[in-house]
Amino acid sequence: MNTDPKRWVAGHVSTLPKSGIRDFFELVAKMKGQDVISLGVGEPDFVTPWHVREAAIYALERGKTYYTSNLGLLELRREISRYVEEHFGVTYRPDDQVIVTVGVSEALDLCFRAFCNPGDKVMYHQPCYVSYHPSISLVHGVGIAVPTYAKDNFALTAEALRAAWQPGAKILMLNLPCNPTGGTCSREQLEKIAEFCREKDLLVLSDEIYSELTFEGTHTSIASFPGLAERTIFLHGFSKAFAMTGWRIGYACGPAVLIDAMMKVHQYAMMCASIIAQEGALEALKHGWDQVLRMREQYHRRRDLIVRRCNEIGLRCHLPRGSFYAFPDVTPTGLSEKEFAVGLLEQEKVAVVPGTAFGDNGRGHVRACFATAYDQIIEACDRVERFVQREGKR
Amino acid sequence: MNPVLKLLIDGGSLTTSQMAAVLGLTDAEVNQHLEQLKKDQIFLGWRPVLDLSREAAAAAAVRAVIEVKVTPERGGGFNRFAERIARFDEVESCYLMSGSYDLLVFVKGASLQKVASFVSEKLSSIEGVLSTSTHFMLRCYKEQGFLLDGGEAQTTRLNVAP
Repeated sequence: MNTDPKRWVAGHVSTLPKSGIRDFFELVAKMKGQDVISLGVGEPDFVTPWHVREAAIYALERGKTYYTSNLGLLELRREISRYVEEHFGVTYRPDDQVIVTVGVSEALDLCFRAFCNPGDKVMYHQPCYVSYHPSISLVHGVGIAVPTYAKDNFALTAEALRAAWQPGAKILMLNLPCNPTGGTCSREQLEKIAEFCREKDLLVLSDEIYSELTFEGTHTSIASFPGLAERTIFLHGFSKAFAMTGWRIGYACGPAVLIDAMMKVHQYAMMCASIIAQEGALEALKHGWDQVLRMREQYHRRRDLIVRRCNEIGLRCHLPRGSFYAFPDVTPTGLSEKEFAVGLLEQEKVAVVPGTAFGDNGRGHVRACFATAYDQIIEACDRVERFVQREGKR
Repeated sequence: MNPVLKLLIDGGSLTTSQMAAVLGLTDAEVNQHLEQLKKDQIFLGWRPVLDLSREAAAAAAVRAVIEVKVTPERGGGFNRFAERIARFDEVESCYLMSGSYDLLVFVKGASLQKVASFVSEKLSSIEGVLSTSTHFMLRCYKEQGFLLDGGEAQTTRLNVAP
């Protein structure tokens, strides 16, 4: 008789690969106590601004400890609606076109579970956030990776989409600006993608979590193009711009029928997002914009610093237009991205993430997060330089 | 805005060569900016921010805030008084205020007696000073932007995260 507990794990879960980040996390964890500078994180180094934390404490003091409506606090949905209209130029009704979720991660999961039948095809650009492909697999969908390239600053092009398209493709997943590349699309590029989505009748899931951290030009949401709001789920949250990762709070906006479908899954799986996090988010939207700008200014200077140093060192690095990630090309060292990341960690105690953790198209690159203090970035870059020089002499 | 000034205002504790690295300038260029800011009397100097409750930093640890009412002078207003008061070594800062008093004076001294005698002998005896109201500081919680309890808890940020 088979007594292996693995026999109870669902087939599609047991074949699901572990995140490439996980392996690297274990490796870094082994170096505990050593002077490791980590550029391997995916979150701000700023703690949530005090006024937001204080508002959440006050909410607790007033006894706000109950479930909220499945869609989230109406007052928060009203603020989300106002914020999205002001910053993205798209209008959503708070009553039935906005749902508050446990981070964008949950919103994304709801989308796949609500819209993807087994066998449905989902296009997504790659390199990309680690969860996209597994999330598609978990609903028995079929992922179609569309490559983005350093030569385009990792912008997604309509040409690449067209080349990768397959009959029956139903959903396009976007993440602009992109984790891990910092790539994003110009208005003109996005317009062509919008046209492609209309032509192929695609539903668009647009994860715009890094939109406030756009350093060059202004961010454009694909939902703002004519006819696109009707076929787009706009996904956003508080983790990055408002430095609220641990609060796990995000939201989705879209056509009422689609939000209702997502709500069905959400009400059974999650019931509602934490009321404390919702209260914090409400405060962030009402009074947090100045802090967002202050943090963005810091990220901007840090980006310029790390990109300049990478290029000086000889690691070609495009200028990421948004997010807080640099994605330099490490192939000039003659090392693979994994060899580079492991060597750098072991010899110089700097943690970066190998690009292939974000899909095969991340080959030859590493992700370096610049949401870190100046002196740490300066020191980390000096160590990378020593490492690269040593490798170059071999 | 002068880029070096921007970094100074941000309040980091960067050395000049770290500032140079952040801004993509040479050390010499950063020093030039600093010299220019000094020449323009915008940047007046460096001072450490200390937790004066710590024994090692406790010299001259008695601090007081004094509200001063004065009779403004024809022609000079409050300026002559303020400039005169500001010149005393004991005075750390001196501001003209709106509201129920005129000058707010921050004073530091080695002991309570020294501060008290400064107020009674030097400050209140200046002609034109109508009254003073002295408040001794008992405990400091935040000093020029720095929390004294060590600020935020030790970071629990993961070293590697998606």
